Amino acid sequence: MSERIGVYVCHCGTNIAGTVDVVDVANWAAEKLKHQGVVIAREYKFMCSSLGQELIEKDIKELGLTRVVVAACSPHLHEKTFRTAAKNAGLNPYLVELASIREQVSWVHTDKAVATAKSKAVVSGAVSRVIENVALDEIKVPINANTLVVGGGIAGIQSALEIANAGFHVYLVEREPSIGGHMAQFDKTFPTLDCSACILTPRMVEAGTHPNITLMTYSEVVNVSGYIGNFNVTIKQKARRVKTDLCTGCGICQEKCPKKVIDNVYEAGLGYRKAVYTPFAQAVPNFPVMDVENCIYFKNGKCKACEKFCPTEAIDFTQQDELMDVQVGNIILATGYDLFDATRIPQYGYGKLPNVFTSLEFERMCNAAGPTEGKIVLRDMKTAPKTVVVVHCVGSRDENYNKYCSGICCMQSLKFAHLVMERTGAEVYNCYIDIRTPFKDYEEFYKRVLEEGGHFIRGKVAEITDAARLPEEEGKLIVQVEDTLIGKQRRIPADMVILAAGLEPRHDAKEVGKLFGIACGTSGWYTERHPKLDPVATMTEGIYIVGCVQGPKDIPASVAQGAAASARVLGKIFQKEVALEPIKASINQETCSGCRICNGLCPFNAIAFIADDMVSEINPALCQGCGTCVAACPAGAISGTGFSDGQIMAQIDGLLFRNLEPVEA
Amino acid sequence: MTEQFEPTIIGFTCNWCSYRAADLAGTARMKYAPNVRLIRLMCSGRLDPTFVLRALSSGADGVMITGCHPGECHYIEQNYKALRRYLLLQRVLKGLGIEPERVKLVWASAAEGARFASETTAFVEEIRKLGPLNWGKPVAELGNLQEEISKLEEVRA
Repeated sequence: MSERIGVYVCHCGTNIAGTVDVVDVANWAAEKLKHQGVVIAREYKFMCSSLGQELIEKDIKELGLTRVVVAACSPHLHEKTFRTAAKNAGLNPYLVELASIREQVSWVHTDKAVATAKSKAVVSGAVSRVIENVALDEIKVPINANTLVVGGGIAGIQSALEIANAGFHVYLVEREPSIGGHMAQFDKTFPTLDCSACILTPRMVEAGTHPNITLMTYSEVVNVSGYIGNFNVTIKQKARRVKTDLCTGCGICQEKCPKKVIDNVYEAGLGYRKAVYTPFAQAVPNFPVMDVENCIYFKNGKCKACEKFCPTEAIDFTQQDELMDVQVGNIILATGYDLFDATRIPQYGYGKLPNVFTSLEFERMCNAAGPTEGKIVLRDMKTAPKTVVVVHCVGSRDENYNKYCSGICCMQSLKFAHLVMERTGAEVYNCYIDIRTPFKDYEEFYKRVLEEGGHFIRGKVAEITDAARLPEEEGKLIVQVEDTLIGKQRRIPADMVILAAGLEPRHDAKEVGKLFGIACGTSGWYTERHPKLDPVATMTEGIYIVGCVQGPKDIPASVAQGAAASARVLGKIFQKEVALEPIKASINQETCSGCRICNGLCPFNAIAFIADDMVSEINPALCQGCGTCVAACPAGAISGTGFSDGQIMAQIDGLLFRNLEPVEA
Repeated sequence: MTEQFEPTIIGFTCNWCSYRAADLAGTARMKYAPNVRLIRLMCSGRLDPTFVLRALSSGADGVMITGCHPGECHYIEQNYKALRRYLLLQRVLKGLGIEPERVKLVWASAAEGARFASETTAFVEEIRKLGPLNWGKPVAELGNLQEEISKLEEVRA
């Protein structure tokens, strides 16, 4: 049967037409590929526009097209658009092929003649290939209405609450003993200076008590299998060594525990906790966990003070980690960020000079419930500073560490400046590269701090030392910085320095990404499906990213993303089923020789050997469509839909113009 | 001065990493040599070595195979299988009298648009140095290969 093929070449405004002679490409296809079945070749300003799509739909109906080739942008952008257009006109969507002449031609080449010639080759390849395409039907699978949210910071809490309030079940998994995340550590939030705990803790309680939320703290996801609609997730509940069904959260165990430990997580190393502890008073859930590494009983077999005093016999030293499986349809990742480790910049002296603090330490210090009860003091925990320097861009916008801007540190530093002035009356210097205050009421806050008398020095701090050169520098920290606005080097003697450390991807972001089948970008943040139009979805269907896992952002942006991902998940749940790409391998049992070469190649265990028939068989539900077995079968018995040998061989021929009619000599 | 030889190269890309790297090179408007024409596969593991031979015998002067970095395969480990096939294929090419350097394996993640562009340009230069392959040509001069084969089969019968 000869095909009737339509070729559509897109100008993409001037994106393609500026570098490729699109009229020539269309005319060439109409003439030179006529023998292959091209009956119409058109060019149009924007093929993806509704008018462009109508053009294709009209031709399918009126000219009876059986195949369509669209030469435009990458299939990752508009394959779906044109497949849907074909479907609307009654053509099977898998009989449409995209030829990428924008990302692969016009945007990467400059010579118009060369770009036009390459476009012809790409179109020729697509025409040859589309002839070999076969009509496919999408595979519909039901969607499990449960959702997994990983990470209980504000972004994850928001996601979980939105879905739970819509009436669907959520498993909220958090690695730490309590939900709350970084926001629970802060005192004030910019630019309104409202108390972080006052706005966060009601949300935490709501998440903790919601009938539709199963809260799993002190837990980690250890395995994920399946696909959108049908994920099977294994969660490890780390042993709390406190029976949560008996514990009332009275706190007596913490009070009686004789072992004090520096709290490097919640108190950022500035305060202490006990060996059995809840990270903070408003923790949700309010059940403590036992830190086995520091517990005296686990060290030398004596103590058990907590057990002795527990009024409900909730302490259980023998508790072990437990694994449990949950089935969910969608997964939202909200695992947050790590703070840049300031010791990596030795010239800033963090870790050696006691009165150099990180931003997170300072947050804890400002917090009324923190180790200093909100008093701003030096490391001796009593002296108030008279001069404070805030160093911006520590580990951000720096070729040696992270090139990106962490976004939040400018506003955070301005907040610090305000708090220092308000609470101590000290002089505050902000050493900045640029002040970036782009969102609602942020610039106004900057103005306010300027009016309050904050000093601003435009320059990147070179070093912080305690080596005094002048009498007034004795016993002080000296901040060496060039004020680039006046072109002068300055040495600022200070009592306290706060390093506005940047945000970094979690240290284990890569491994976690692999677990969920999503990728990290160059800077290590997870890659969204589209940087502008699809910022919470990922390349893996059913997995969403919200908050700082996607890139540095502040609280309002994290909350917005949390809610956005929930809307996406709810959309999927309401559809009840999802269509999967029908790209699968299958074995022709007539030609299978039963050699079993393919059996060991499949990482998804989709291929099984049927001993009775001496042939192998592929389970389509497990097959992910990589095609490795197709390439390996020595008998050619395995075929892969969407990427068959016939399609690829034809595309090779087409790209090399082997499909053209031989020119008569 | 003679005209510079412009090689024709077929590139096989993985849907998840290197194809997206090519997309990224496009979005970032990075310029690279226009000699490579790409074919998208779902995975480098899909690459049947006969695809490479077909490309070389149909007029390509070189073939670039690209996939995810080791340990980053979208399908867990199928790029290792591509690596195995690539190494074997190089031996086959040697046996056929073809420079094994005409086929190159490149790892490029979805974030490595710059790497994709620079590797492509570098490969084009390597093939330019090797000169045209002309593998398909002698066969063409013999006439229609299929006719020859059917003649042989007639004789055999």
